[in-house]
Amino acid sequence: MRLITVAGPPSSGKTSVILKLIGTLNMPVSEIGVVKFDCLTSFDHLRYEAMGIRVETGFSGRVCPDHYFVGNIEAAVAWGLKSGFRLMVTESAGLCNRCSPYLKGILAVCVIDNLSGVNTPRKIGPMLKLADVVVVTKGDIVSQAEREVFSFNIRQVNTSAAIIFMNGITGQGATMLEKHVRITKEIEGLRDVRLRFTTPAAVCSYCTGEMRIGEEYQMGTLKKMEFRQP
Amino acid sequence: MTPEKCMEMVVTMPLRAILEEYPVCRDFFLNLRIADLDWELTLLQALETANPDVFDEFGLDKGMILRDFCRFLETFAAGTEGAGEVRSLTIVGGHGKTGESEIPELTVSVGDIISIVGPTGSGKSRLLADIECLADGDTPTGRKILIDGRTLTDDERFDRAGRMVAQLSQNMNFVMDLTVHEFLEMHAVSRQSKDVEKTVSQCFECATNLAGERFTRDTKVTQLSGGQSRALMIADTACMSCSPIVLIDEIENAGIDRRRAVELLAKKEKIVFLATHDPLLALSAQKRIVIKNGAISRVIETSGDERECLGTIEKLDAILYRLRNSLRDGQVIGKHIMEGIE
Repeated sequence: MRLITVAGPPSSGKTSVILKLIGTLNMPVSEIGVVKFDCLTSFDHLRYEAMGIRVETGFSGRVCPDHYFVGNIEAAVAWGLKSGFRLMVTESAGLCNRCSPYLKGILAVCVIDNLSGVNTPRKIGPMLKLADVVVVTKGDIVSQAEREVFSFNIRQVNTSAAIIFMNGITGQGATMLEKHVRITKEIEGLRDVRLRFTTPAAVCSYCTGEMRIGEEYQMGTLKKMEFRQP
Repeated sequence: MTPEKCMEMVVTMPLRAILEEYPVCRDFFLNLRIADLDWELTLLQALETANPDVFDEFGLDKGMILRDFCRFLETFAAGTEGAGEVRSLTIVGGHGKTGESEIPELTVSVGDIISIVGPTGSGKSRLLADIECLADGDTPTGRKILIDGRTLTDDERFDRAGRMVAQLSQNMNFVMDLTVHEFLEMHAVSRQSKDVEKTVSQCFECATNLAGERFTRDTKVTQLSGGQSRALMIADTACMSCSPIVLIDEIENAGIDRRRAVELLAKKEKIVFLATHDPLLALSAQKRIVIKNGAISRVIETSGDERECLGTIEKLDAILYRLRNSLRDGQVIGKHIMEGIE
């Protein structure tokens, strides 16, 4: 089975990109599975199911989404292997701009959209920096200049990724993404595979349910802001 | 610049000297929230005195910053990546929607203007998509796109696709809240223009010449009229875009000097494809591709007779232009406007 991890900010077009990619693969949909990692609510499974693709959705709820991903990805792959998939796609929303659900040796795709503002690539962090392929969506509705500045800013953060412009509605550009998927290697499982980046650290009293404001209630890893002299 | 050369430069030269030569490198530090390094030192020396906590948040240590900075320098020292030079483009025919074959081959060169005509939904966008991804018989049409007479290797395709084609269409908008000047400046900086002010001025000049209605550099791009936006987009693509191929989709009613706009693009060493229903634009091209049911059914060279018709079409077009302006000005329409008498 081949595995690809797709990440990107909410509403950047991840599901559309994956669906259009699947459309170019020339594979029976029964051989493709999707695992969607989300936070609280998601409706994306409906779109996959409408195409006859098997999908599992997991919600991180009150747990950090990155930690949730790491804790479940091995079981997700095991599910995929048992289901007899030849391709499995994980889709996760990058919720704090520091999330980077990428694994070493596994194709990492970051989806961002042109409407999010030209400087956004410079703010996203590891999710963009460590991706192998950056798919840029919604380029059909902004000017050429904005597309070019957007690419330039992606390149600043990730000097080596392939940048693919893709239209999530028409699927234009999907064949280029398909070429990257085609050359990914088969995996038998994820044991001992490593993350590309550390997950955000936060084990503090608020992680375990504390709700009161105040220094005396704060324990564990907490970072303090420094304010200038008033 | 080779990786070794970059490394040598970063290790031996003070940061200030590197930033002076490659101003874009300043962004590398801004992206890491570093604003107050001692720029007189070399990178490694400067990092010694910097707060390591910030690097840690980015998951970086000094060695990794050194490596990343070298890569950054290597990437941008060569100038902002373009798609490289293209002298000619060849479309090797595939097939239409129901398998019908199309013309065997069409080669176009830099400076050529080619219009694409055909009913809505006939496959004009598909042709664009094939050009954009440098199709290699692997799209639904089976077409192949050759650059300078040869098929690109997969590596070259990965590398160049997406930067080959600049697109302009009626659906495009500016989404940034910037003035015309700031907008052009931003694009010029990203193209690492040597003389940003000059590039911006030239581009602005072009844009105002194309637009029917004048605008100033201080106008917000989001406040431009449809015609002004289109004029600015075309001028910007002509003067600053890195893509050697330009595809224009439906710019007919934009209230700009369309013919001049297209000629401007062709003059800037571009290959221009124009999907259009506009007779003026269609006949301004040297050749036009006729698309039927997904296939290129014919390529028509614009004949002398057709060129002669252009004069008449331009007159008709001028009448419509005057009518539009008169209506806008609140005038009463009469024969004098139709006949062009002031």
